Amino acid sequence: MAAPANDEPIISVENLTARFGSNLIFDQISFQVMRGEVFVILGGSGSGKSTMLKHMIGLYEPAGGRILIEEDDITAARGAERRAIMQRFGVMYQMGALFGSMTLIENVRLPLEEFSDLPRDAMDAIAASKLRMVGLEGFEGYMPADISGGMAKRAAIARAMALDPEILFLDEPSAGLDPITSAELDQTILRLSRTLGVTFVVVTHELPSIYAIADRVIMLDKETKKIIASGPPAELRDTATHPWVRKFFHREVGDDTDEVRA
Amino acid sequence: MTAEFSSGPRGARLEVRPGGGPISISGRLDGAGVGEVWDEAVAAVDGCAGSPVELDVSAVDYCDGAGAAFLVALEERARRRGGSLAIAGLRDEFAAILGMVAPGEDAAAAPSGASRRNPVALLGAAVLDLVASLRETVAYVGELTVALAGVAMRPSQLRFKDVMLVSERAGIGAIPIVALIGFLLGLILSFQSAIPMQRFGAEVFVADLLGISLLRELGPLMAAIMLTARSGSAFAAEIGTMKVNEEVDALTTMGLDPMRFLILPRVVAAVIVVPVLAMITNVAGLAGGALMFSSLGFPFVTYVTRVVEAASLTDFLGGIFKAFVFGIIVAAVGCQRGLGTGKGAGAVGLSTTSSVVTGITLIAVVDGVFAVAFYVMGI
Repeated sequence: MAAPANDEPIISVENLTARFGSNLIFDQISFQVMRGEVFVILGGSGSGKSTMLKHMIGLYEPAGGRILIEEDDITAARGAERRAIMQRFGVMYQMGALFGSMTLIENVRLPLEEFSDLPRDAMDAIAASKLRMVGLEGFEGYMPADISGGMAKRAAIARAMALDPEILFLDEPSAGLDPITSAELDQTILRLSRTLGVTFVVVTHELPSIYAIADRVIMLDKETKKIIASGPPAELRDTATHPWVRKFFHREVGDDTDEVRA
Repeated sequence: MTAEFSSGPRGARLEVRPGGGPISISGRLDGAGVGEVWDEAVAAVDGCAGSPVELDVSAVDYCDGAGAAFLVALEERARRRGGSLAIAGLRDEFAAILGMVAPGEDAAAAPSGASRRNPVALLGAAVLDLVASLRETVAYVGELTVALAGVAMRPSQLRFKDVMLVSERAGIGAIPIVALIGFLLGLILSFQSAIPMQRFGAEVFVADLLGISLLRELGPLMAAIMLTARSGSAFAAEIGTMKVNEEVDALTTMGLDPMRFLILPRVVAAVIVVPVLAMITNVAGLAGGALMFSSLGFPFVTYVTRVVEAASLTDFLGGIFKAFVFGIIVAAVGCQRGLGTGKGAGAVGLSTTSSVVTGITLIAVVDGVFAVAFYVMGI
C-alpha cells in the first residue's frame, strides 16, 4: 500500500475497557490511528469489533479509559462539545441505515441542512457531488428501497461524507456484497482516502478487502480481551506467530478447535 | 465594480476585476468558505452570461469535497448559460478531487419516479391500483374463509399454542381498560340521560335505556374498537415487521402457509376474545349505571328488575353475535394490512395506521348493516 499516512495520530484509544454487565468485552486496550491511513479492526465473531467501533463514535460509554480525537476526549465531552466532535467524523452502518422515507439526495443533503448555512442550491450541488464521488450519479431521486445493497452502502458513504469529515468509520462495508461489488467499494474507499486524505477506520473480516485497502490492522481476541496482533496485513500474514492470526491470514481450518476461536 | 467578501481568517474571499477580467477566489474552500462566496460567485458567473470567464483559484490554499462541488457547479452553470468557465491555477491535489466529483458522460437512467405523467394517466393508474387492491381483498377474504372452514372441519390444523398466546395478549391484557371504559360509559350515559328524564319524572327508565343500549350496541362496539386500537394495530405492526425482515417469505419458502401460521391463530383468538370483552363491557357499564341509579335514590333491586325486564336474551345474544363478527373483521384487517406492508420502517407505520382506520370504519359500517338487518328480522 502506498500509504499516505503520516505519524500524526488522529485517534488515540487509551486503556479502553468495555463491559456489558459482568461480561468483559475488552480489557485495557490502547492503540492509535494515524491521520490519512486506512485502519482496519479485525477479530472473530464476538471479539468486540463492532463494540469497539461504537465506543469510538461515542455511542457507548466505556467502563474505563478514554478515546481522543486529536485533543478532544469524546468519552468525556457532553452536549454541544460532543456534537462538535461528532461532526468531525462520518459513519457508515452495516446495512447503510439510509432513511427510507427520503430519496438518496435528500439523505445526503440532510446533514448539510442541519449543520451548515449554505444556500439551497449549494446544498444540492454538494449533495449531488458526493453521490458522484461514490459512483451514484443519476440515482439522486431513487428511494433507498429501490436500490441494491451495494448501492445503499455507497449512498451511506456519500451521506457520511456530506460534511467532509476528517474520519470515516465503516462497519462491515463488504458484508453481504458479491466479490466484484465489494472490490468496487474498496476502490471507492481507496480513492476517497488518497484524494481527500480522509482517515478510514474499517471493521471487516473480508480478507481480500483487508489486503486491498488496509494500511494497518489490529486484531482483537475474544479470549484474552486484548489486541493479539497489529501491523500491515502483508507483514502479519508472513510473520505472525499467534496461531489464530496465522489461521486467519492463511484461511486455515485447524483440527484443534480450541485454537479456532472464531 | 470590485466586490470583496470575507469573514474571519479561515473563510474564503472572492474578487471580481472590472472589465471582464478574471474572477479570483482565495482562502479556504471548505463547507463554510463555500457558503460565504456561493451567492457572489453565482452572481459573477451569471453577470458574464454567454462569454468565457476565467476563474483564478491559485490563491486557494485548501479545498475539500464541498469546494470541489462548488467549482464544478460554477462550471456547469456557466455552460448552461451558453458561456464557459476556465479554472486556472488549481493545485494538483485539488484537481484530483475535482476529477472525482465532475459529472460523468454516461449518467444512469433517470429515476423512475421523476417521469411526469398527465392527469388522465394518473387517474388511470389510481383506478388500476384500486381494482388491484379490491381483487387482493376479495382473494384474501376467500382464502381466509376457506382456511377458517378447514379449521372448523379439522381443528388439529390450528396452532393452539399461538391462539392461547394471542388470546392472552389481546384479551386478558385488555380487561382493565375495557372494564374502565365500560364503567365510565355506563356512568356518563345514565347521568346524561337522567337529567332530561327527571323533568318528566321518568328517571326510572334510565335502567331500561342503559340495559338495551349497552347489550345491543355499545358493549360489542366499544370492545371491538378497543381491540382494533390495541391488537389490530399490533397484528399489523408485528406481521408488517416480519414482512420487512423477510420472515414471511421464509415461512412461505419453507412450505408453511402464512395464513395458517400467522393469520388463523390471530383471527380465532380475536373471535374468542371480543365476545368476552363485550360481556365485560356490558357488566362494567351496568355497574356504572347502578352507581348512578342508586345516587338518584332508587333501591338496587329496582335497577336489576328494570334492566332484566327491558333487555331480553335476544338483545344480549344479538350483541354477542355482533361482537363475534367484529372480532373476525378486526383481526382479518390487521393481518391483511400487515401482509401488505411495503419496504422500510415507514411502511410498517402506514399499515398500522391503515389497520386501525379500516378496522374502525368497517366496524361502523357492519354495525349499521346489523341495525337494519335486526330491524327487518324484528329482533
